[in-house]
Parts: sequence; C-alpha cells; structure tokens
Amino acid sequence: MSAPLSRTPLFALHVELGGRIVPFAGWEMPVQYTGIIEEHMAVRRTAGLFDVSHMGEARVRGRDAAKFLDGVMTNEMSTIKVGMARYTVMCQPDGGCVDDLIVYRLAEDEFLICLNASNAPKDIAWMRAHIGAHQVEVLDECAAWAQLALQGPRAEAILALATATPLASIKRFGFVFGEVAGVTGCLISRTGYTGSPGFEIYLPAASAEKVARALLAAGKPHGLVPAGLGARDSLRLEANYPLYGHEISEQISPIQAGLGWTVKFTKPEFIGREALHRQAQGGPVSSVVLFSLDDRRIARQGAVVYSGETPVGEVLSGTQSPILGKPIGTALVAAGHAASATLTVDIRGHRIPLRLSAEPFVK
Amino acid sequence: MSNVPADLHYTKDHEWIKVAADGTAVIGITDHAQAALGDVTFVDLPKVGAAFNHGDVFGTVESVKAASDLYSPVSCEILEANADLNNSPDLVNREPYGGAWMIKVKVKNPAELGALLDAAGYAATL
Repeated sequence: MSAPLSRTPLFALHVELGGRIVPFAGWEMPVQYTGIIEEHMAVRRTAGLFDVSHMGEARVRGRDAAKFLDGVMTNEMSTIKVGMARYTVMCQPDGGCVDDLIVYRLAEDEFLICLNASNAPKDIAWMRAHIGAHQVEVLDECAAWAQLALQGPRAEAILALATATPLASIKRFGFVFGEVAGVTGCLISRTGYTGSPGFEIYLPAASAEKVARALLAAGKPHGLVPAGLGARDSLRLEANYPLYGHEISEQISPIQAGLGWTVKFTKPEFIGREALHRQAQGGPVSSVVLFSLDDRRIARQGAVVYSGETPVGEVLSGTQSPILGKPIGTALVAAGHAASATLTVDIRGHRIPLRLSAEPFVK
Repeated sequence: MSNVPADLHYTKDHEWIKVAADGTAVIGITDHAQAALGDVTFVDLPKVGAAFNHGDVFGTVESVKAASDLYSPVSCEILEANADLNNSPDLVNREPYGGAWMIKVKVKNPAELGALLDAAGYAATL
C-alpha cells in the first residue's frame, strides 16, 4: 500500500488552470498546463510561474547552528553571509548523497534550508541524529511554507508589479524578507532551477493562492504562464542542474556528479569527508556526463551506454531540449570512459552516438 | 473530453483504424492518446513491406515525457508510412485523425476486424 498523496495549497488553482495532475514524490502536482515545450520556451523567453510547494523546509537555529551545519554539509556554511544562500550537498559517511539543498542564512545563529520533497523527512531525521553536543534545534517547517518559482527574463519586471520590495539590490543567491501581493513575511530570493534568471518566493502556506493569482494576473501582459513539473525538468536538464534520484543519490556522490565545487576539503571534518577525499584524489569509479544526441530518439533513464560492445554506463535523465531541438541527457559512465568520444547509447535497438558536452546547454 | 470519431474503429491501446473496401486500412493514434502523451517529438515508423501480427509493436511515438509503443490493431503488411511525421511530429498533437495518420496497410486477416472496438465501445474505455 502506498501512502496517500499530499496536495499543495495551490492544488485547486492547478485544476482551475487546466493543469494535468500526476503523482510526483508523494504529491499530486501539475506536470503541464498547455504543453511542456510551450511552458519551457515561455521561461526562456518571457516567464513562467511554478508551484514548488512540495519542496520541504527546515529551520536550524541555536548558538552552534553554523558549526553544526559545517559538520553535516559538504559546502562551507559558517562563511555564508546573513541575507545570502548557498547550494550544498549533505552526504553519508560513504560519500553518497542524503540530499542536495539550498541553505539560507537568516541570522548569525539561524538558517532556513530547502529540502527535496521526497527527502524532507529523511533529511530532518538525519540532521537531528547528528546534533550530538551542539546547541542547536532542527525544526520541521514543511507544512508552514509554500514556494513559488517565478522564472524567466521578465520575472523581475513581473515581481516588481506585485511588491514594493526593492529587487534590484538582491544579488544572485541573495534574499530579503518582504511583502508580495499584500502578504508579509515572504522570503524573496534570486535563485532558481531553470537556467533562466528569476526568483523563488517562500511564503506562508495559507497565502499562497492569493500571491499566485496576483502574480499570474500581473504577469499575463508580460507573457507569464503557469508552468508545470515537465518544463521544470527539461529546463533544469538544459542548465545541467542535478536532480536527486537521477544525477545524485545515495549511490552517486557529489564528486561523481561533478559537484566537487560544493565539497570543501578545507573544512577539517564533515560527514563523508574521507570517502569524498579518496574519490577526489584517486578519481571516482564512475562519473556523470552531460550529452546531446544528433537523433530524434530520446535516451531515457536506464538506457545502456556502450563503448564498442562493452556496457560502460547508463542514462540517468533524458529529455528533448526545446532550445537545441534535439535530445539531451545525463549518464553515469565508468572511469576512463567519461571523456570518450566514441560512446553510444542503445535506444530500442538503435545505437546512437553520445555527443558529450563539457558545458551546460544554456548559461 | 477527447474526440472519438464515429466512422473509425479502435483498440484499447488507443490506436484508430479506418478500413477501406479494398482491404487496405489506415492506422493512427487517438486524440486521447496524443493528449496523454503531450508534445510529440518523434514518430518511429516501419519500412514499406514490413509485416506485423495483430498486437505486434509496429513503431514508437516519442513525446517529451515518454516513449510509447504502437501496437498493430490487425495482422498487416505496410504499404506506406506517413513521411510528413518526420518533419512535423507535432501533427500527432494537432491532427491525430487527419494529417497524423501513421501507416497505410494491407489487412491480412479480415476476421480480426471483428474484435476491434467501435466508437461507443472505445469511448466507454476512456
């Protein structure tokens, strides 16, 4: 028996807007409204509004909060300035990923952490289990917050129509608390998961619908459309952002995933340090590559990657890139093959050459 | 609600088939199927002369979300595959019963036609 699915505060609005509802990470979420490609292109050219309220939140506070987080996260937490956020991974002792997260520093001794929906209970339990002697508490605020992602080149102009909060001074990965559409206490951050400019807005769950409706109305003349999880996935893959359960997982470490920049070995101690250090020094057994295909077929998760006739890996994510007009994806490839120019992927009996890309497809 | 034209026959796998008096037939996928797939990016169709038994996979329709197999509603031989779908796979979304027909076939065993669903029977499965 599976657990009943959760609904975000915007569920009724999704249905009203014609969203196609699918189960995702334990939630009933809109995968699309009018079409994935149309919503994707709106985010690249104008703007899209995503409900990401399924994401979880935890508040970590107390005298030792920064020191505690430095010990459980791979990235450096104590050097985040108040009003800034940082991307990090939280690892197991063997280097596998518990989750990837965004950590917002609210005060010297207080942080708000954004958790992946399906990992939220695990993350909170993991952090609490590692508190030890630290003076810190980990509060589960998943139900308190809704999250909207307003993404695209017009996002700032649209948000400015719904808030008096100055936006221009918010740096990339910076945030402020302010009012949006008359709702106070919103956390407005210049972050996103699309590869286009924009904002993520954390807001009190009870006010989510009011804010979403105000943004959609204000943004309509600017080309704002509601966008679903389908476009969110194709946008993040063009930008080469990892998705937990695909490019990173309990089996795939940040070193393997090409996220070594989030692992700060300058810190003397953090969970996973030894294992990750060994991987970084000796090279991991396999690593994640980004590719496109000069073909019409999409290489989906699980498709086998070959070097000659030898299987050397498998596809982790695959979709059609609306910007390139061709299939793109990621694959986990055995050491020694990650830079090979002669890899192929098997798609229903067709062997298609992988065109590896060192750079994201949008930047 | 999805469109289910009365003059076609259907399978529970969401293919439609239009049978002509000369023993040939045209096959595509239904409006319901295209809506469920979302944006179609590629249709992989068989070569002329290929033969399929009833229920065989004759091709694949690929959307941003997923690749779905196409099942032959009857035992048949391929007379023509719709070349327009090469350059305009999105026809499947726009004209599932018209411009996006997929294959023209010779029906090998007319007795199999009796097992197909009529429009009301198919609509009842949706």
